[in-house]
Amino acid sequence: MQSLITTLLTGISVGGQYALIAIGYTMVYGILRLINFAHGDVFMVSGMLLIFLSASLPMTVVIPIIIIATVILGFLIERAAYLPLREAPRMSVMISAIGVSYLLQNVITYLTGGQPMTYPTIPFLAQTVSVLGTKQTVATLITLPMVIVLVLLLTTLINHTKIGMAMRAVSKDFETSRLMGIKINNVISVTFVIGSLLAAIGSVLYFSNYPKIVAVSGALPGLKAFVAAVFGGIGSIPGAVIGAFIIGICENLIKATSYSVFSDAFTFAVLVVVLIFRPTGIFGEKTVDKV
Amino acid sequence: MNNLNKTKSAKSTLIVILSLFAFWGLLLLVENLNLFIPNVPKLFTPTSKLFMVLRKVIVYCLIAVSLNLLNGFTGLFSLGHAGFMLLGAYTFAILTTPISLKVPEDGIFYKYGGSVVNFSLQESFGAIFGTTGAGGTISLILGVLFALVIAGCIAALFAYLIGLPVLRLKSDYLAIATLGFAEIIRTIFQCEVIKLPGGGELVLGKLTNGANMIKGFPTLNSFNVVNSAGQTTLYLSTVVPAIIVSVCIVIIVLLINSTYGRSFKAIRDDEIAAEAMGINLAKHKILSFCISAFFAGVGGALYAMFATTYQAKPFTSVLTYEILLIVVIGGIGSVSGSCIGSFLYIACSEWWLRFLDEPQVVAGYQVPLLKDGFRMVVFSIVIMIVVLFFRKGIMGTKELPDLFKFKKPKLKGKVSDNAE
Repeated sequence: MQSLITTLLTGISVGGQYALIAIGYTMVYGILRLINFAHGDVFMVSGMLLIFLSASLPMTVVIPIIIIATVILGFLIERAAYLPLREAPRMSVMISAIGVSYLLQNVITYLTGGQPMTYPTIPFLAQTVSVLGTKQTVATLITLPMVIVLVLLLTTLINHTKIGMAMRAVSKDFETSRLMGIKINNVISVTFVIGSLLAAIGSVLYFSNYPKIVAVSGALPGLKAFVAAVFGGIGSIPGAVIGAFIIGICENLIKATSYSVFSDAFTFAVLVVVLIFRPTGIFGEKTVDKV
Repeated sequence: MNNLNKTKSAKSTLIVILSLFAFWGLLLLVENLNLFIPNVPKLFTPTSKLFMVLRKVIVYCLIAVSLNLLNGFTGLFSLGHAGFMLLGAYTFAILTTPISLKVPEDGIFYKYGGSVVNFSLQESFGAIFGTTGAGGTISLILGVLFALVIAGCIAALFAYLIGLPVLRLKSDYLAIATLGFAEIIRTIFQCEVIKLPGGGELVLGKLTNGANMIKGFPTLNSFNVVNSAGQTTLYLSTVVPAIIVSVCIVIIVLLINSTYGRSFKAIRDDEIAAEAMGINLAKHKILSFCISAFFAGVGGALYAMFATTYQAKPFTSVLTYEILLIVVIGGIGSVSGSCIGSFLYIACSEWWLRFLDEPQVVAGYQVPLLKDGFRMVVFSIVIMIVVLFFRKGIMGTKELPDLFKFKKPKLKGKVSDNAE
């Protein structure tokens, strides 16, 4: 029973962390129709920055700094690697994303010499609290409320502000919204800023569970979050969040059984099954082919 | 008119065949230079970086072209190539590792008490043709060729099974589903034991050696001709894979230029229009998917031969991205572009930029930043520059022979490069 509670709580928290990354994927996809392969690496760079900075600064200063730095990084990547390719075929933009991902990984490998870096303990998140007779860290418990608050803020932003309205318009029809006087580039930059912000928060929560991180640490959570986004219907924010929770919980339940080696494979198997029955994910819009 | 076309195409076929033979001959000659000339420059010795890179390039050419067949010519965006390569490589390694290495309990399968596959193809052929002299060569070549074909077939079979449900999906959903399958395949091959629900156990390790290495199977160096004293008298380790790969690529090119190939391109350009013209979408998509997987399997097997040892670990999605990069850098929809792309990509990452990894002193000045890993940073910047400034890749949709045609361009419908 106790182990089941631990598994479920861990599952929910991992799911929440995936959700924070998945929102970045799904928002960018909704607007640019681009699989932003570099997102997982932005997430990793955020974790690495925390390691580099925490060596000389107190944690209360470091966390705001890395969040701002990650946001700037996301913004710069969009301006440097995706903006010049706005009119290019979709494949080129995606390859550019793969290139950025490659670049970030290689820069970090270069800076760290390929060695695993020890992730510092964040005192507040590492405290243990007892829940129903089990010991849990604050990091595990705080994720769910945090995700809920952030998602509510985000939906308010999207549904009730001017920039949110512009985002919805751009994701519906890129060309028409441009004709209507929406400054496309600003909207896209805001999307990347939000995505990176959530990824930075996610990275603090996610990596605090791991002792060490390396240059490719972002790849697997990035991929899983992306799977979650596809699972929920890529382009849809509630879809991404629900997909991420389902994947996080399922993964941890599998890990608790004797099939633990298959936990990653299982994630993909669920994805394939969902896609076979609902080819655009759970909440995805049905695409209509026009001749 | 028809006759004219026939003589023209016969002429170009002849040119292609002649240039292929010239290419093989040149490779053979250069690789064996050190046998006739005593002090050949270090670059041309068979163990030099040049040949290491060439062998890898040759293998990557086939894999890149097979991915291009799918992504560039059929417009199916698949990211499952690493999985098919892995299937091919495993099939090859399992079928050709000598009995003496895999069957005994203390062999490379020691963790699982020996392999269940108690034969190896080249040794089975050896029983027919003899194991020494010419018989040995024949049985080695036959064994390797058969293993390559079977490797391709296994990959194609899996592609068929995966393709049945997955090919109904559109663009990005297809990409992520195939990527998912590749990861599933890798996990299964890395796994040692599957506990069946009924209480039984399926020891996969007996077949795949779990996450451990498989080694001892014929490598590219096995093609070298060695005399009784153990000295190599003729180096064939680059030419033989080059021949195999060229034959495969020629088959792919013939396919692309056939009725099927035209249907593939029609599907790429507009699925609905293609369907309206009477092209059976499901059939052609799965055909393209299986053929691409077949050659990816053969490529994976050759990759195992190149790498000399084999395990599932490196066959992650990163490998697929790498090949996708090569295809895009070369030009989506250009076979020669993929080959040029493979050469530039591998030569650049493994050879030309190598000096960046070591500290250098130029004219008494210690160049800053140079240390282990800097090469890859520079390399990824180069890739970004290529991607940003050559949007259509090096070749676009042109082929190498197109560059030598100086006639006025034919009036042809512009091929849209947007696969949507």
